[in-house]
Amino acid sequence: MKIAALQDESVLEGLPEPAVELKRVSRLYGSFVALREVSLRLPAGASAVLLGENGAGKSTLLKVISGLTAPSYGTVQIFGEPPQEQRGRISTMGHATMLYDDLTGMENLIYFAGLNDMGERAALEHIAAEALRAVNLDAANPRRVGEYSQGMRQRASLARALLAQPELLLLDEPFSNLDVGSAHSMIDRLLAYGSESPTRTLLLTTHQAALAQPLAQTTITMQAGSVVSVVERAGAR
Amino acid sequence: MVNDTSKATASRSGWGLLWLALTLAVLAVGFYHAMTAPTEATMGNLYRVFFYHFPHTILSFLFPYLNCGASLLYLFWRGSSRERALKADAFAVASAEVTVLYASVGLATGMLWARAAWGIWWTWDARLTTYLLLWLLYVSYLLLRSFSAAGQTAVVSAVLAIFAAIDIPICYMSIRWWRTQHPAPVFGGGADSGIDPSMYPAVWWNLVGWTMWGAFVLGLRYAIERRRQRQDAADALAYLGEPQEAR
Amino acid sequence: MSYAAHVWTHLRKDLRLEWRSKDSINGMLFFSLLVVSVFAIAFDPTAFPGISRQISGGLMTVAVLFAAMTALSQSWVRETQNGVLDAHRLAPAPLSALFVGKALANFLFVSAVELVLAPVFAVFYNLHPLGEVWKLLLILPLGTWALVGNGTFFAALSLRTRNRETLLPLVLLPISIPALLAMIQATTAVLTGEFEPTAWLKLLLAYDVVFTMASVLLFETILNAD
Repeated sequence: MKIAALQDESVLEGLPEPAVELKRVSRLYGSFVALREVSLRLPAGASAVLLGENGAGKSTLLKVISGLTAPSYGTVQIFGEPPQEQRGRISTMGHATMLYDDLTGMENLIYFAGLNDMGERAALEHIAAEALRAVNLDAANPRRVGEYSQGMRQRASLARALLAQPELLLLDEPFSNLDVGSAHSMIDRLLAYGSESPTRTLLLTTHQAALAQPLAQTTITMQAGSVVSVVERAGAR
Repeated sequence: MVNDTSKATASRSGWGLLWLALTLAVLAVGFYHAMTAPTEATMGNLYRVFFYHFPHTILSFLFPYLNCGASLLYLFWRGSSRERALKADAFAVASAEVTVLYASVGLATGMLWARAAWGIWWTWDARLTTYLLLWLLYVSYLLLRSFSAAGQTAVVSAVLAIFAAIDIPICYMSIRWWRTQHPAPVFGGGADSGIDPSMYPAVWWNLVGWTMWGAFVLGLRYAIERRRQRQDAADALAYLGEPQEAR
Repeated sequence: MSYAAHVWTHLRKDLRLEWRSKDSINGMLFFSLLVVSVFAIAFDPTAFPGISRQISGGLMTVAVLFAAMTALSQSWVRETQNGVLDAHRLAPAPLSALFVGKALANFLFVSAVELVLAPVFAVFYNLHPLGEVWKLLLILPLGTWALVGNGTFFAALSLRTRNRETLLPLVLLPISIPALLAMIQATTAVLTGEFEPTAWLKLLLAYDVVFTMASVLLFETILNAD
């Protein structure tokens, strides 16, 4: 396995904008240091897995990258711009489904597709139905998302995250409550998604390193708010 | 870092003390004039509370706009220049607190006046009601600051400050219309309908003195807030510098 | 999608959600009925028949205010559940459209309650309006929008605080006093016929325009305040 320091600038000359570039990012909550001087660079098209114990700062890192949380110190750039300028190109999926419990899967996705300016009514319905089918959910299901099983909720959440075809996909423990079969389906879906375009970048956190192996071209490990190692898999593109 | 600011702080303290001395001198002269101005025709000596009421109420309409200006500057600078944004926020909280202070004194002296002139502690006339609303608005601003989650205080209170500043003239107009429709005992009828020239010195000295005092208190509060901000920043850097603990 | 189309999407979503659960409307309706009953005990219309017209405008506005507060305090609950608000913040649609859609939805809910409340009030207080009743069709919507517009905005603002429900009335009421005053005066003018409500109507209109503009401009700021 080749261990590459991604912060080595000369290696990356001539390449397009990195998908994610953090420079000495720190985030404090009162006296608690969630992120401690994190510098990280993920090139466009990377597929990375973020490992670390609970409380290591993985979720905070994802939040800072997405722009939902501002760093206390340091800068964040997504494809060369602050994350707030990249709305629509970044998508997250986490413990929360980010869906309305009282709407059906289709209603939710049509709504969010509309928010992402994906076309007129008829087109939105088509897009929403496709998105649900891609995660093996029934587009005609009249049940509200609040009544879905845990596995269905996570698949619906993934469908929503992939809806706008984001170039940066951030996933916080996406397989945590899935059975092995569903987890493998989700991994296949993510691999397929990533391969559809060379600039699509994936970053996910998980406790199940073995399960996420296929997606782990880069493995980042965090401990107590700092990035302690970045490992590239040999033969990575 | 502490050493760099100590010299600046010392010289600022010097100017501050000088300003305070001047202010107290002006207030003393004002007090003298207030107590020696000729006795009022209808109210006797009880009217003298007016010399304290008037500057406080006028100034309580000035400080909110300093607060609004500082809040706008905070919102403008928070993306680009963090240090300036912090200063603006410190100024905003200081001016809001001084507003509440002056509005409180304005209300209290207003009530003393009403008691002296009319025998009642309160009258829902246009002026007193407006002072009350102003007081309520800026107390709600201070409450918002204390209830807000840390790190978001400055932004949310800046937004409220803008709303409050817009509201003040609307409040003023609406209450005046309300009272022209249903007249209540007019408070301080002697206030604009001509103050006897012999009372001008008392009015002016107190106006100047209390403005200077307001500036002093605002500056002091600003300095305290800036010190607190610097302490927080130093604490944050200290937490960041701590060695990682192995879990 | 145009801005208006986004607002319409948000409005439809809020109406649909409310239709499914009916939390707001039912609560508001019953609460308003209770408030009216309590007021009738506090200010007995039969004991003081002469003044019931004078004070009804004020009582009804306060009843509407209480009703509106119950709706407003939980108007963003569904966005805070499941992290939906984060999805909104990441979407490219203008965030202020979310605010306008929700404010319009709240406006419709409170107006629906008013449509029930006004006749009940008229009956409980034996009101025969002496002025031009049609003007109420201007006064009530303008006054309701003043309350609901600012209320929806400050409800979102109080998401960034520790005690959301406690803070909303504390911050909303002082700002709303001129609008409440105008609504009360205008309604009283229509009920008593003693003066014209025109000046108050103009004030309400100006208030609505100014504060709606401020809310739309500043909504994104408070939503992203992290």
